[in-house]
This record gives sequence, C-alpha cells and structure tokens, in this order.
Amino acid sequence: MNYLYFPGCSLKGTGRAYEDSILSVFKGLQLPLEELDDWNCCGATSYMAISEMKAFALSARNLALAEKQAHSRENFGLVTPCAACYLVLVKTQKYLQEFPDIGDKIKTALKSANLEYGGKVRVRHPLDVLANDFGTEKLASFVKKPLKGLKVACYYGCQIVRPYAEFDDQHNPTTMNRIMHALGARTIDWALKTRCCGGSLTGTIQEVGMRLSYILLREASRLGADVVATACPLCQFNLECYQKQMSREFEDAISIPVVYFSQLVGFAMGLPAKELGMQRLFVPFKFNPAAESVKGGIHVHS
Amino acid sequence: MPVWRGWDKIKYQAQLDPAFAEEVTSIPGGEKLFDCIQCGTCSGLCPLSPYMDFTPRKIIAMIRAGFKGEVLSSHTCWLCASCYACTVECPKGVKITEIMYATKRLAIREGVSPKRFAIPVLAEEFFRDVESNGRNSEGRLIMKLYLKTNPFKALKQATLGLRLWSQGRLGIRSDSIKRKSELKTLLKSLEKERMVRSRRETAHAGEAK
Amino acid sequence: MSTPENKTNGTPRIGVYVCHCGINIAAKVNVAECVEFARSLPYVTVAREYKFICSDPGQELIQQDIRDGKIDRVVVASCSPLMHEATFRKATLAGGQNPFFFQMANIREHVSWVTFDKEMATLKAKALIAGAVMRVARHKPLEKTRVPVNPDVLIVGGGIAGIHAALTIADSGKKVYLVEKEPTIGGHMAKFDKTFPTLDCAACILTPKMSAVRSHPNIILWSYSEVSQVDGYVGNFKVKVRRKPRYVDEELCVGCYECIEKCIFKKAKFEDEFNIGLSQRKPIYIPFPQATPLVALIDPETCTEFRTGKCKKTCVDACERKAIDFQQKEEIKEIDVGAIILATGFKIFDATRIPRYGYGKYPNVFTSLEIERLVNASGPTGGEVRLKDGGKPNSVGIIHCVGSRDINTNRYCSRLCCMASLKLAHLIKERTGAEVYNFYIDIRAAGKGYEEFYDKLLKEGVHFIRGRVAEVSDWTMTADEEGKLVIRAEDTLIGVVRRIPVDMVVLAVGLEPSADADNIRRMFNISCSYEGWFLERHPKLAPVSTFTDGISLAGACQGPKDIPDSVAQAGAAAAEALALIDKGFVELEPNTAFVQDEFCSGCCTCVALCPYSAISFSADNNRASVNGALCKGCGTCVAACPSGALQQNLFTDEQIFEEIRGVMNYV
Repeated sequence: MNYLYFPGCSLKGTGRAYEDSILSVFKGLQLPLEELDDWNCCGATSYMAISEMKAFALSARNLALAEKQAHSRENFGLVTPCAACYLVLVKTQKYLQEFPDIGDKIKTALKSANLEYGGKVRVRHPLDVLANDFGTEKLASFVKKPLKGLKVACYYGCQIVRPYAEFDDQHNPTTMNRIMHALGARTIDWALKTRCCGGSLTGTIQEVGMRLSYILLREASRLGADVVATACPLCQFNLECYQKQMSREFEDAISIPVVYFSQLVGFAMGLPAKELGMQRLFVPFKFNPAAESVKGGIHVHS
Repeated sequence: MPVWRGWDKIKYQAQLDPAFAEEVTSIPGGEKLFDCIQCGTCSGLCPLSPYMDFTPRKIIAMIRAGFKGEVLSSHTCWLCASCYACTVECPKGVKITEIMYATKRLAIREGVSPKRFAIPVLAEEFFRDVESNGRNSEGRLIMKLYLKTNPFKALKQATLGLRLWSQGRLGIRSDSIKRKSELKTLLKSLEKERMVRSRRETAHAGEAK
Repeated sequence: MSTPENKTNGTPRIGVYVCHCGINIAAKVNVAECVEFARSLPYVTVAREYKFICSDPGQELIQQDIRDGKIDRVVVASCSPLMHEATFRKATLAGGQNPFFFQMANIREHVSWVTFDKEMATLKAKALIAGAVMRVARHKPLEKTRVPVNPDVLIVGGGIAGIHAALTIADSGKKVYLVEKEPTIGGHMAKFDKTFPTLDCAACILTPKMSAVRSHPNIILWSYSEVSQVDGYVGNFKVKVRRKPRYVDEELCVGCYECIEKCIFKKAKFEDEFNIGLSQRKPIYIPFPQATPLVALIDPETCTEFRTGKCKKTCVDACERKAIDFQQKEEIKEIDVGAIILATGFKIFDATRIPRYGYGKYPNVFTSLEIERLVNASGPTGGEVRLKDGGKPNSVGIIHCVGSRDINTNRYCSRLCCMASLKLAHLIKERTGAEVYNFYIDIRAAGKGYEEFYDKLLKEGVHFIRGRVAEVSDWTMTADEEGKLVIRAEDTLIGVVRRIPVDMVVLAVGLEPSADADNIRRMFNISCSYEGWFLERHPKLAPVSTFTDGISLAGACQGPKDIPDSVAQAGAAAAEALALIDKGFVELEPNTAFVQDEFCSGCCTCVALCPYSAISFSADNNRASVNGALCKGCGTCVAACPSGALQQNLFTDEQIFEEIRGVMNYV
C-alpha cells in the first residue's frame, strides 16, 4: 500500500500536533507518507453552506491532484487525518458516483482547468490505515512503553463514521479502542463517543459550542478517564482549549488532557515527546508507565 | 394597538409559498422530505436542537407547508454542525443534514440569513478566503469574524489566541496554494451551477437506488 | 358439468369485447378506436365496447353473440386474467362454447394504469388486442379433469390461530393433523398475562382451547415436530412430518414432575426458553404448568447423560411409568391430506439491532415480551414487575415502534404494539404504582374497544409523549439522572427536547416473519411479500388463500395481527379448507405440459427440473411422460427441452408465436 497525505488547513494550524504525531508515527512504522502537492482547502462545512457545486469542485481538485501524483501506483490511499476533510472528500466521491449529472458538471469544470479525475483515489483515515492495513497486532510489536494502567476515553466525533461508515460500525465504532488496547491502554465504555463536540460553534456561538464540549468532558471525567483521545483537529481544539472557560462558565473544575490518538501511539512507541507535538498541548499529558518494559501490550484489554 | 398574544399564530394560506418545498427538495435525495412522519427522532438526537428557534422536525414541517420566510430567516440551519446523527437514524431516510445545507444556501442566495449572526458570517468569510487563496488561515478568519460580529469578543479571546500562537498553533500570515489561477478557473466555471435538479433526474436517481 | 365439443367449422369467428372499466381504462385508452381497430383484424366478426363487461349484462352480450352464431371464440380486453379470466371462461361456456376458446388482453394493469400518454396507451392496447385475437384463433378445445379430495387437513403451527382452525375443522367431523415445532402448543399467547382491551386473562381463555385440542378425537397433535417435505397438489398432498425425540414417551408420561424434581441438577441453571431467559430450567423440563401436551422433555445439549454418558439417571428411577427413554429416535410420519393451513406465526424484532436503545447493554432495558412474562402471575417473578437487581421501578418508559415504521429495520407498522404497550402500561402502573411514560409516534387504537382503552389509560394518569425516542443512555446532566436510564426524545406536541430519567425501559418490539418462514414458504411453494410475510391471494377478496390451491393462511404468518384478527382469520381458513373437502373433488386446469413422443430423445433434462415431480421417465420406451394431475403448468420443462418435444396446452409454440406476430404486425 502506498500513501499520499492530505493534511488540510487545520493540521498546519491549530492541529499542528496532529500533523507532528501522524508524520512521526507513520515514519516510525515505516509507512512512507508523501504530502499531496499544492493541495487546497476541502471547503469544510462552510463551502457546502454557500455553493455545493464549488464545494465538490474543491474536493475534486484534490482528488485529481492525488490521482496524478500517484500516477502509475496501483494501490494507493489518500491519508486524511482531519475528520472534516475526510468526510468532504468521501462525500464528494459518493456524489460524483451516484449522481451522474453532478459528476458530469464537475468533470467539465475540472477540464476547464486542465484537470481530470478518474475515480481511482481511496480516501483513508489514519485510524483505518493503522487498524486495518497495518494491523493492531503488528502495531503492538512496535510498542516500547505500554500504556499499562492508562484509562482512555476514545472519542470519535461525528464525521469519521457518519453518514458514511466506511471502515467502522456507525453506532459503536471500535477502531480507536482496538488501537488503544494494542498500546496496552484500557478504554472506557461511554455512550458519547460519537456525540458532536460542537464543531465550529466554539468560534461562533461560544456558549453553545462550549456546552457541547463540556458535556463530553464531564462524562469522560465522571467515568474516570485519564485522557481523551481524539481523531479530529477541531474536536481536539474544542475539548482542550476551552477547559478554563468551561470551568468558570459551568462552575465545575474540568481538567483532563485531550490528545490525538496518534500522540498516544507515538508515545507508546517511545518516540520523543517533541516529535509528537506534546509541547503544544494546553493540558499536559503525563504518564509514567509501569517500571516493567513489556514489549507490546495487546494482552491487556479493557 | 393592543396585540393579543397568539394573534401571530394564525397563518393565511396566501402568506405561504407552496413552491418552497419543491425548491428545497430538488437536491439529490431531497424528495424523501415528503416521507417525514414528524416523529422527532432528529430533534431528539440533535445535540443542538435545544438552541434552535425551531427544532429540525418543525423545520421539515414548515418547509412542507411553505413557511419560506420563517425557515430561511431562522437560526436553525446555521446551528446545524453537520454531525449527521439525524440523517443516520431517521426512520424515513430524510437527508436532514442536506436539507439544512439547502436552506443555508437558499438563505444566503436570497440574502435573508439572520443579520450579524456569527455563523453565516463565518461561512462567507471562509468562502471568500478559500476562493482567493485556496486555503483558509484560521487566525485571520477568526479575527475577521470577530470584527464583523462582536469586536469586544475579540478582546476576550486575545489570551487564547496568544497562547495558541506561542505554541505554534495559530498562523497570522495567510496561507495559499501555488496554482491559484488553476483553482480560479475551476471555481469560475461553476459560478452559475447549482445542485438543484430537474424532477426527471430526481426520479431517476430514486429508481437507481 | 360437461365441456362442449369444438363447434368451429373451418374459419374461426372471433368476438372482441373492449371494456371501459368505468374510467379505469377509458381515461387512458381510446376504447372506440380500439373497437374500430379490432374490426379490421382477421377472423373478427363482432367487436363491441361496454362499460363493465364483467357485469351480468356484459357477460350476457358475449353469451348472446355465441348463441346467435355470430362468434365461436372470445377475446375480452379488460383487466388482469388474475381478476376475471375465470369469469369470462364461464361466460364462454354458458354461451355454449368451449371455455378455452377465450383469451384475455390485459389493458388495465398493463396499459391504462401504467401508461401516462393517451396515444401511447391506445397504441399498446391495440397491439395487445391483436395479439389476443391471433392467439385465440389457434386455441384448441380443452377439458378440465376432476380428482377426488382427501378429507384430512394439516395445520402447521399451534398458536392461537392454528388451535382455533384445528378445533373448527375437527368439530365438523373432519380429521386434523396439528403440527407444532415447540414442545407445547399455545404460541405467543400462552406467554401473555392479560389481553387487550378487555384485560381478560390470556390463560383463562386459551388453556381450555389447548386442552380441547389434546382431547379432541379428531385431532392428532404432534408437538415438537416439523414438516420436512410436501408433495402432491390440492386435494392430494403427501406430507412428511419429522417428530423430534423428547426422550420421554408421550404415551406414558403424565406430567407429574417427579423426574424433574429428582434430576441430579438440584438447581435449575439453564436458560428457560419459555421465559425468554428471565428464569432457569433443568435439562429435563416441562415448559410451563399448562403445557399441552403436559409431557416432559430432555434437552440433550444440557443433560449430563447426553453430554458425558455418566449420569446417575435419577430421573429414570423417579419415573414410575418408565416413560424416560434415552434411546428415542427421530421419527418420520407420512400423511395424506387434502388441505393445508399454515399458521406459523411470527418472531419478535431483535432489539439489539437498534443500539441506541441500549438493549443488551443496560440490564434494565426489556422487550415487551419479557415484560409480558414479568407481569404474568405464573411467570418468573410471580407477576411482580422487578428490575434486574430485584428492586421495584418507580418510573418506567415504554418506547413504541421499536423495529417498526423504520426504513433501517422494518418499514411496516406492526399493528399491535400500540395496544400491547397500553396494556403493559396499565399493568405496570397497577402492579407498581410507577410513573409510566409512553413514547409514541401515533397511537393506533383502531379496533373494537381499543380507543376506549386508550381513554381509560389517559384517565389513569399514564403519561403520553408524542415523539420517537432518540436514545436511552446512562450519561447524566442533572443530579436526579444519576444512576437512572435517561430517555431523550422530542416532545413533538410541545416542540422541546425532553430528558426523562427512568428505572426501567420497555421496548415495544415489532413483529417479523418467523425465522423459518423462508424454508416453510419454499417447502409449501407459496409466495411471500417483500418483508417475508406469506402472501395472500388477494389483499381484500382472498385474504386467507394463497396462490397454491389448497393451502390457506391463518394468523400472523401473513402479517402482524392481534388475537381477535388471528382468530377471525383462522376461522376463515378453516372454512376454506372445509369448503374444499365438502365439495369432494377438484378440477385441474388443463394447461399442462405433454410430451410429443416422436421428438423425445430420452435425455431426462426435464425430469430433474420439474419442481412438482410430475415427469417420469420410462426406460422401456426411452421416453419421458407428464402426469397431468401433478403438472402445474409452470412451463419449466417446455423451455428446457432441447428437442422441443415438450409442449404445453394453451402455450403451444404456435399459439405463442401467433400472439407475438399479432402484437408486432397490426399496429
């Protein structure tokens, strides 16, 4: 399997730590990642709210670029860590395929810019790649510092599994849990793992956005989680960066580290904290693994 | 003039737009809206429905009945965070998230989205930013948003911004792609295109499923 | 009734009758133009239009034309032959002509109801009329044959529908075989405590019927048995029934429970199927005290003797009548019956398919059937509504439409869950005093006394919230939600989302076709609807018959049905069976296949293909031959025969090619 990498705008900004850790982990696992050249913004939810055809065109350009860059490579995936980018790319592919009239219009538009898309790109989320291509057992063999005793709240957010459940169960996704188990960590069983964090509302109607994020953190804390693991830059930002304001607003001292799942993977692999962007966290993640250095941790289940 | 409470609760047929539903539902799969049985699963699942002026279920009923003005000026669709919980669980397959997008687009196109409301403002700023640069720069975007909606808020958020910046998580300079003209040509060619589809196409897509 | 000889001499004279069917056809098809067109076709001597040809005066028109010698063959262009072919064949016969000198052109279902454009519709109608005319010109006179009907009846399924049908038929003096796959009859109804809307005790009204079945001289009850093979045809079915071993002799056992008492398992520890796992049973058991037959059985999966061969067999010693027989083997019974009634029932929706309601995850989420057992005085808690930890619930939420009215599970309405939920709401409130909340989409209380029952509950203070529940979860927002199950739903009548903490959740699960419905349907060669319910011959006018003559349907195997409807349908199915038996004979359609000996190469391709085993091969003359009584006229052999030796009456190559020529050549 060959992988191209689509970072998206957030991974170059608020989600820098996500990029740091994804790149380090993939390198550490000897999975080469090649950044898509001259990629553009996926359009996120805002574009769809104004012009759906242009929103599809933005993604179609990225898909066309990926297909070109991959040229003769037969089996390749476009690794897209950001949940919003991931959904928009997958959705665009679905619409181009299922609605030929939309597909034709986009094809013509691409042509006017000397671009072409043949429908060969497979959009992949890194959770999918690690669990299903690489495999949790193999991943466990790379673990140097098992996260034994760590209780992780795996938070999937919405757009990785909805509306298109491409690689996991829509109602009860388990991919991240399986990865965490491979690292030796335990995971909590909670009802909110796919409940919306509020998305961009923290930036627009902060009171509302914050409340949605607060509900998640409150429940994770109540169930005794040591850390919340996320797979989306916006989720991570919302859950982490407003904790002080939340504590004030809801009169409830909330302080729980919120990291990217990939940071935990890298941490367990023994990669240096700096390469995983750990220094960029607001709420520092601290974990002192048990003295024993058991290789792999797949035997430890929640 | 004394206004009795409840007077505004009467709606005359002449005030309604019977073509509105057809307009909204012309998106792919939109015709499913007519299958709605008003069960409220969408509103119950929606994490944002408590903050909406009309719950998603009500919006669907209003679209069907032709309450165009109320629907397009409502805050509801703008609060939708596209989490798709409603779409996935709807017992009748109504593509509620897509219906919300469709009403957002109609509101913007007709210029009736709620004024000085941060969410549509953000969408339009975002749209412009990407249209010209190919990428969005979170820092600039947020700054512009606050200036347009609530400058005082910008001050309140300054600490958070500073902290993000110090940890390398917030860029101030604008990011852009190399081949801007390529993107411009691409987007320009779709200027007039809308996803609205003819009845025939809609029926055809329905059959193919 | 005798079939007249072919009265044609030389050239056929065909009458064409084009029906308006009110405006059903006339609104889309230009009938006058079709009549004019028909007059121009070969052999047509009379062409007429009429408002409703199926009416008496309409049929009289045809008969009079035959009597007057104007025509000797008939084409009616109207609706589907499924609707009125029999009507017009009879009319042709009444006019004095062989009934098979008739052909129907379906210009309603195939034309006016499905074609938007009037011109196109008229064109298509003309083509079909021309095809029918050319075809009927090649028809040959055919004779129906009569075969006697076996007076015995097989009923499959011993729930309330099967029981009622069996008693009705047996009371009329006919012999009934009642086959039930479970160890006892009674079906789902036997599990209920009370029945809506009258709240009379289910056991009080059901068990007398169950024992009547057991003691009826005309009923042979085979419980713990399944039909394994069905051959033959209406009036003459040959059925094989597999009787599973109970390891207890049914003739000897008197249901004294001694063996169960003395089983080496002192405590019951295996999941009790009758109580849906809410209690335990021993390896040797009787499903419930009123089980019919009241005979113990041994479950070899859990019995120590079967698992290890080293049991002390205390049960054997305990049985004075020496009824226990570890050597008992499966038995195959072969029976001949004239009519069959299927009453195979339903299964309940698997609630784990909707994960957001938490069934299987939260212990205090129950299905409605589980609650039926809890409120039942002879159930695992003696009629007490208890949480899993034994506590009494102070608040209960009942969620309607679980697995119904939902494209993600079942699209149809399961019809009885509203009333069943209301009944449970009443019983729970009565037994516990708890606050009971019903979450519904629509209350469907359309039955005698049902709305009044709903009124009664409203007065009793049961809460009704109109909204389909979004989720049942254990995450909390307020102090009073701690440790509870929180139901989240939009109260659609008020327009706000509500969170209601409860101790117990009841999922009103919908009905689905029983797990083996597909096998049964194949075995009995009947059709099913999209969802898997057995298909009736006509949704209104033949709701208990199937497309296979001699087989009728009773109860929920045909679709979700409550007890009154199941019983009513069982009575109707019994009447159908009795009508068939009392007539004493059946007439077989003559559209059977036949072998043209001179072309048969003896390759036997047809023999294996025939779904009715109607073709046999004779090594003596190296020829296949068709048994006309068994042949259903499906045409499979005709299409498969490599040498064209097989032909079918009413579907000869010549007739089909002429019909095609007619359709192609005249418009």
